[in-house]
Amino acid sequence: MKKAAVFTALLASTIAGPASAAGDLFIYTWGEYTPPEMVEKFEKTYGVKVHIDTYDSMETMLAKLKSGAGGYDIIVPGHDTMTILIGEKLLEPINVAAMSNYQHVDEMWRDVFWDKGRLYSAPWAWGSTGLAVDRDIVKGDDTSLKILFEPDDAVKGKINMLRDVNDVINMALRYLGKPRCNDNPEDLKSVLDLLSTQKQFVKSYNSETKELLVSGEAAVSMSWNGYAMRARDERPSLEYIYPKEGYTGWMDNVAVPKGAPDIENAKLWINFIMDPENAAMITNYARYANGIKGSEAFVDKALAGAPELSPPESAPAPEFLTACTPAVTKLYDRVWTKLLR
Amino acid sequence: MSARPLALSSRIPPGLAHAGLLWPSLGIILVFMVAPIAIMLTYSFLVPGAYGGVEWTFSTGAYEQILFERDFLDDSLTFTPDYLIIVARSLLQATVATALCLVISVPTAYYIATRSERVKNIWLFLITIPYWVNLLIRTIALLFVLRDDGPINSALLDLGVIGQPLALSYNGFAISLGLIYSFLPFMVLPLYSAFERFDFRLLEAAYDLYASRRTAFFRIVLPVMRPGLIAGSLLVFIPSVGSYLAPDILGGGKTLMIGNLIGTQFQGARNWPFGAALSMILLTITLIVLLWLARRAAQQQSN
Repeated sequence: MKKAAVFTALLASTIAGPASAAGDLFIYTWGEYTPPEMVEKFEKTYGVKVHIDTYDSMETMLAKLKSGAGGYDIIVPGHDTMTILIGEKLLEPINVAAMSNYQHVDEMWRDVFWDKGRLYSAPWAWGSTGLAVDRDIVKGDDTSLKILFEPDDAVKGKINMLRDVNDVINMALRYLGKPRCNDNPEDLKSVLDLLSTQKQFVKSYNSETKELLVSGEAAVSMSWNGYAMRARDERPSLEYIYPKEGYTGWMDNVAVPKGAPDIENAKLWINFIMDPENAAMITNYARYANGIKGSEAFVDKALAGAPELSPPESAPAPEFLTACTPAVTKLYDRVWTKLLR
Repeated sequence: MSARPLALSSRIPPGLAHAGLLWPSLGIILVFMVAPIAIMLTYSFLVPGAYGGVEWTFSTGAYEQILFERDFLDDSLTFTPDYLIIVARSLLQATVATALCLVISVPTAYYIATRSERVKNIWLFLITIPYWVNLLIRTIALLFVLRDDGPINSALLDLGVIGQPLALSYNGFAISLGLIYSFLPFMVLPLYSAFERFDFRLLEAAYDLYASRRTAFFRIVLPVMRPGLIAGSLLVFIPSVGSYLAPDILGGGKTLMIGNLIGTQFQGARNWPFGAALSMILLTITLIVLLWLARRAAQQQSN
């Protein structure tokens, strides 16, 4: 009978997904984003077993949450997705501002537009979406998006674009000097023309930018700053560029999805990651700034002055965008389909 | 009458007893096939939710979207070939893959089937070995072989045969190669078993009766091979049409096939009903191919 009971329990857990046993924490986050030593420290301190599942885009995460696949205690949404999650009532209000380590959060990241007063989320890391270029091939010090959209002969066929409708179209809109989240048909027509002309020089639309840059398959690629720095470790000729026409800034936030099996453990984790020493581990591992004051003291010296973490004076400020309306999303999808048909 | 299968059938009519044996498989078909298709069909007639999901309002919009789009400016319906092009490309890629698999497999299967028992087993073993590895990993491995700094291009560059790396990766060629590589054994194995059952004495008899090689092939070999050819072609064609990984990884995401189009509807585009409608189209294409072949087979039989 015991065997049968174990079997039934196994079967039940397979069907129900991650079960909520006492002492577990189920995290759903980006890949290569959570420092293993941080997880180890948390497990040792609180006796909680951490399980990590990863996604490769906000859309994947959103689709999974919307389809009712629960069982996660922690998710790490980007700031624009936060607006959607709060609007759709998919997050638990856990009052992060009242937690003991909230005092360490930089003022800049407290009263943010995507989570006023930090009722739902704590800052995890923030960064930008710019360009990584191989300076052995792209000579000079031009910081214009022209490198990407109207490339020199040396770069033709060696361009990689992120596989992300919004990032690609926003970058094109900036190059054309048009507003973002744009539903003007004429502007989108120009975007499609620009991207279609560029497509013949594009090698791939792929979000695994680091591998492409390091192997030399791509000489120019849209890239996140942290990924670009990790690529530069392996290929020193790479440079991260903050395009002069502007670029996207983003912050990933730690939040608790509605119906999380263990909210108390989730809160423990959130308070834990706002500790400066722990937040520094995020920066050391993922190579993004973390938004916690006092963490600088624990960040690797080698990272302190890295250009990927501190934009030059001449660079414009990052643009933190809100999620576009469903109508704009629909138009963007049509541009994307026409581009890739 | 010793063939009565089960003791319990002495009380239950034998037909029913046999039907009882079907229940487990019927249950599986019901839960894992009929139910998901029913959900898919239902969703394809709903309205997309703002941020994914669906709203429970009946609409044929998802099907209209395949052929028509609302104009940017005056909201009128105009014909758009975008999605048809993607469907057509999927069919073309799958057809090319099937044809090339056939060309490669016929001699291969013939060769294997005519070896001694021991050699035969070694060959079959070798053919299945790559398939112990996950398809995703094999596809990425193939990309590494094909790309600019991969072994093929490196070797050719070192030998001075070419001055620039050949464009082997991130294009339609790579997708075709990926499809062939993925599904080749599904063609080889049915053909092999057809050849293996083939009685080569029939061929000798045909020659003895002064049949030309051509006649012998069409009158003797082909009819015997037909079930294997059909099975192999279906096993290659059907997964190729809906293929997701090959265009995604080997094609560099530059051109969509119907599988990728469906994928984007559940992610970036957040249009589940359209994704469901496209899935129904893919299912219909598969069914049409199956029915067409079934009818042809029936006609051949009656001839």
